[in-house]
Amino acid sequence: MSHPTPQPADTALAAQLQAVIDQHAARPGAMLPLLHAIQAQHGYIPDAAVPMIAEALRHTRAEVHGIISFYHHFRTHPPGRHVIQVCRAEACQAVGARALEAHVKSALGVDYHETTADREFTLEPVYCLGNCACGPSLRVDDEIHGRMDAAGFDRLAAQLSATVVEVK
Amino acid sequence: MTTTIYVPCDTTARSLGADAVAARLTRAAERLGVAIQLKRNGSRGLFWLEPLVEVETATGRVAYGPVAPTDVDALVDAGLFEGRQEHALALGDIEAHPYLARQQRLTFSRIGLTDPLALEDYTARQGFAGLKQALALTPQAIVDEVKASGLRGRGGAAFPTGIKWQTVHDTPAAQKYIVCNADEGDSGTFADRLVMECDPFMLIEGMTIAGLAVGATQGYIYLRSEYPLAQAMLDEAIARAEAAGYLGENILDSGHAFHLEVRLGAGAYICGEETSLLESLEGKRGLVRAKPPLPAIEGLFGQPTVVNNVLSLAAVPFILDQGGQAYADYGMGKSRGTLALQLAGNVARGGLVELAFGTTLRELMESFGGGTRSGRPLKAVQVGGPLGAYLPESQWDTPLDYEAFAAFGGVVGHGGVVMFDDSVDMGAQARFAMEFCAVESCGKCTPCRIGAVRGVEVIDRIRAGDAADENLVLLADLCETMVDGSLCAMGGMTPFPVQSVMKHFPDDLTRPQAEGGR
Repeated sequence: MSHPTPQPADTALAAQLQAVIDQHAARPGAMLPLLHAIQAQHGYIPDAAVPMIAEALRHTRAEVHGIISFYHHFRTHPPGRHVIQVCRAEACQAVGARALEAHVKSALGVDYHETTADREFTLEPVYCLGNCACGPSLRVDDEIHGRMDAAGFDRLAAQLSATVVEVK
Repeated sequence: MTTTIYVPCDTTARSLGADAVAARLTRAAERLGVAIQLKRNGSRGLFWLEPLVEVETATGRVAYGPVAPTDVDALVDAGLFEGRQEHALALGDIEAHPYLARQQRLTFSRIGLTDPLALEDYTARQGFAGLKQALALTPQAIVDEVKASGLRGRGGAAFPTGIKWQTVHDTPAAQKYIVCNADEGDSGTFADRLVMECDPFMLIEGMTIAGLAVGATQGYIYLRSEYPLAQAMLDEAIARAEAAGYLGENILDSGHAFHLEVRLGAGAYICGEETSLLESLEGKRGLVRAKPPLPAIEGLFGQPTVVNNVLSLAAVPFILDQGGQAYADYGMGKSRGTLALQLAGNVARGGLVELAFGTTLRELMESFGGGTRSGRPLKAVQVGGPLGAYLPESQWDTPLDYEAFAAFGGVVGHGGVVMFDDSVDMGAQARFAMEFCAVESCGKCTPCRIGAVRGVEVIDRIRAGDAADENLVLLADLCETMVDGSLCAMGGMTPFPVQSVMKHFPDDLTRPQAEGGR
């Protein structure tokens, strides 16, 4: 596994990353706060961040990569304009989450961890949004939607999307 | 005269349109020239009634629910601002509703009544009374009070909280820590989220008392990233508590210090296991640590650490305020105090039910839950999260008590009760348990890491009718290996739901499938 060193074209990105790293590096257990801060800023953890974090926190690049890939929350590719998470937990399964999952995948024409061609939506599974009495639930960015069904999802996607969602 | 209107602000109320309800109420008041003060309170946890709108009247608060945004205009026309009760959604005095009136709310006594971030609301209802008591006591006396309460960890393992605190208290160190496990990952549980979103000062107070008891000056709340609203509420509550002197360098001029910080997890179920959580807080992959040493002796950054669940810490202010005995007076056997039960899944009236230990599961599901949401017969109930057994009807009369559940291989866990109607395919649920473990295993020990993957494969073969009898024997053997050989509860308990399906719903497992079980 190799991570390219930032090229001259990425100087601006490197400077941004370094600023975030400098802001957090001295905290005890800085790794997660730092990764969260980078993902909050960029929507994902750019490859260029890996050697920089390794240097700042005195880890190897392999360790940093291992940490990023361990946690489901961290992405290594830019997401679409909205991230949609469908709850896969048992409480939601009990009220139709499996059917909802299938509908969302087919309505968006993507599988989990994929982004629609228009870069509008990235679809991710999530295990439990804590809305278990009112499932099925899904999360769009930071907003949770309860008692979701296929028709409800279609309305939501239409509201969120500037363009009409293409049904494949 | 200004009328006070309450619209809850927790995740569930919002997920059902509470923000839009609040906006429409404001617009309706403007249109009619009525002066209203719109307060965003926490949720009372009666989720089937959310969004639950309450109106302050001369004779107390009256409620309406569930109020969809499109109901608002009709409700206003029917006299909502005057508290009139003619509309079909009118509920009268919500506290007289049996769902609430029959509960024993000690920890959740304030929830839904107050603005979660208003310190004056908190202190007006016994807030910080426990902390003030604790400041007048020696650390040992605080620990003794918690021991007297009989409080056991509400996160799942049910270890006596006072004993854990005693160990940290007795272990000398320059720096000790209080870590709140707020990685509420179990399906069917939301009580921690309710505490953090609807009464965050209670958790802050509980952690501060824990700090005083064991001599810790730094606390961390390890919060799951799936709870963005809880993060915002906690951050704001911590800032306000600090500004008002309840937290920080010199708590209420006592000379004692306690600092608190929220740290965000990153979507790993295993980080709810206390040693994985500590690894994660330290900035590593959340790999389980072998015990001993116990975290109470070598915990965060190698220092003595109290790791407690949100609900355990949230119970502490009441215990210090009212005395350990007052808490211990509730419950049965060795399960003292109250349990926050969470009714979820296919349930007509889902929500939070706080009751003393000892109620039966059936009583809870029928008289509180009102049966299934679908109206179809109830078939199975999963108690205690994804690692808990699926219980058939013959076990529904078991009293909710740690020992009574353990007697048949069940777990109370964090109090989550997930109901399934007769349309459920229990074979698919058994497969999901293994699949979940395969995705969420930390990977450190072989029985869990490999066993879960093999478990999915074996179940697929059984469901495909491929040498089903031999594969059932193999599955039983695999489950035993995982139970006995795993390093922590993830692998050690993953077989519980699978074994319960094998025992109580065998036909679902061997029933021929159209496809491979997805």
